Amino acid sequence: MPKVKEKERDGVQIDLISGERMAGMTSMEKIRMILDGVHEGKIVILEQGLSPDEESKLIEVTMTEISPDEFSGIEIETYPSSASTDSGLIGRLMGKRPGASKLTVIGPADRIETLHKDETLISALVSRT
Amino acid sequence: MGLLTNLKDSITRVTDRLFTESDPKRIGIYGPPNAGKTTLANRIARDWTGDAIGPESHIPHETRRARRKENVEIERNGKSVTIDIVDTPGVTTKVDYQEFLEFDMEEEDAVRRSREATEGVAEAMHWLREDVDGVIYVLDSADDPFTQVNTMLIGIIESRDLPVLIFANKIDLDDSSVKRIEDAFPQHETVPLSALEGENMDEVYGKIAEYFG
Repeated sequence: MPKVKEKERDGVQIDLISGERMAGMTSMEKIRMILDGVHEGKIVILEQGLSPDEESKLIEVTMTEISPDEFSGIEIETYPSSASTDSGLIGRLMGKRPGASKLTVIGPADRIETLHKDETLISALVSRT
Repeated sequence: MGLLTNLKDSITRVTDRLFTESDPKRIGIYGPPNAGKTTLANRIARDWTGDAIGPESHIPHETRRARRKENVEIERNGKSVTIDIVDTPGVTTKVDYQEFLEFDMEEEDAVRRSREATEGVAEAMHWLREDVDGVIYVLDSADDPFTQVNTMLIGIIESRDLPVLIFANKIDLDDSSVKRIEDAFPQHETVPLSALEGENMDEVYGKIAEYFG
C-alpha cells in the first residue's frame, strides 16, 4: 500500500490517550502534551480526564499561549459533574478526585465546535481547517 | 497513604479557616464573560460602601484585571459579615480578538483587549487557587449553564472545599430560566437576582451573610 505523505493527508488526527499513559506523568507534562497536540491541530481524547487542579492550570497555560491569528485557545469537553459524584469530603477522604475519571475531549478552539451538551451526551463538530 | 494525606489536608484547611475567623473573608466573584459579575460587584459595593468597583460593559472581557474592594460589611437578619469583594475577569478557554471587531473596535484595540483578556483569565485562575476564601458564581440565567467552563470551574471550586453560592443573574430578561441553573448544579444553592435592576437583593445579602459569615 502506498505510504501517504504527511502533508498530503487531508483529515483530522485524533489521539486517544489511555489513563495508563497519563498515570506516570506530572501535571505539567500532561498539560504540555495536550497543548502541543492541539497546537498541531490534533483532537486529544483523554480516557481519564484531568484533576480540577490540572484543569485550572490548563486554562492558565492556554491563556499564556494565545496569539492573534495563530492560536485562539482550546475547546474542551467533559460531562458536567452532578450531585451523585463523589465530590464531597467523604469522597475525597476515600481518595476519589472529582472529575478525575471522565472522558475528556480537547481540540483547537477554531476547529471544534460543541453542538449539544447535557449530563449524558456531548455532540461536537470537528472541521478540517 | 492517600487516605491519611487527604485527611491531613482537609483538617489543615479547616483549621486554617478557624484561625483566621476574624479577618475579612475574600470572596471571589467568578463566572463566564458577560454574566454580570462587575454589575453585581458594583451593586454590592455601592449598597454597602457608596463606591463602585469598575466599569461595566456589554462587550465581553471589559474586566481584564481582578479588582478588590476591601472591608465591605454586610448585615442581614442579625448576621453580619465583613468581606473583601474580588471582581474577576470572566473565565474562558479561548479568546479570539476578531470577536471584538464585531463591536466596532479597531483591530489594534481588539488585539490589545484580547491580550489583556488572556492575562486577566490567567490571573483569575491564580486567585482561585491561591487567594479566595469563598466564591460567588454568577451565571446569566438566559444562557445555557451546561458549558465546559462552568463545569470545570464548579469542579475546581468544589475540589478546594470553598463555600460557593450560585447567583442566577439577569432574571429581568424574558429568556431567563433559574430552574435550568438549579438543574445544572443541584448540589449548590441557587439565588435568583437582577444585579442591574436590583431585584431580590435582600435575599442575596441574606445568603452572603449566612454563607460567608
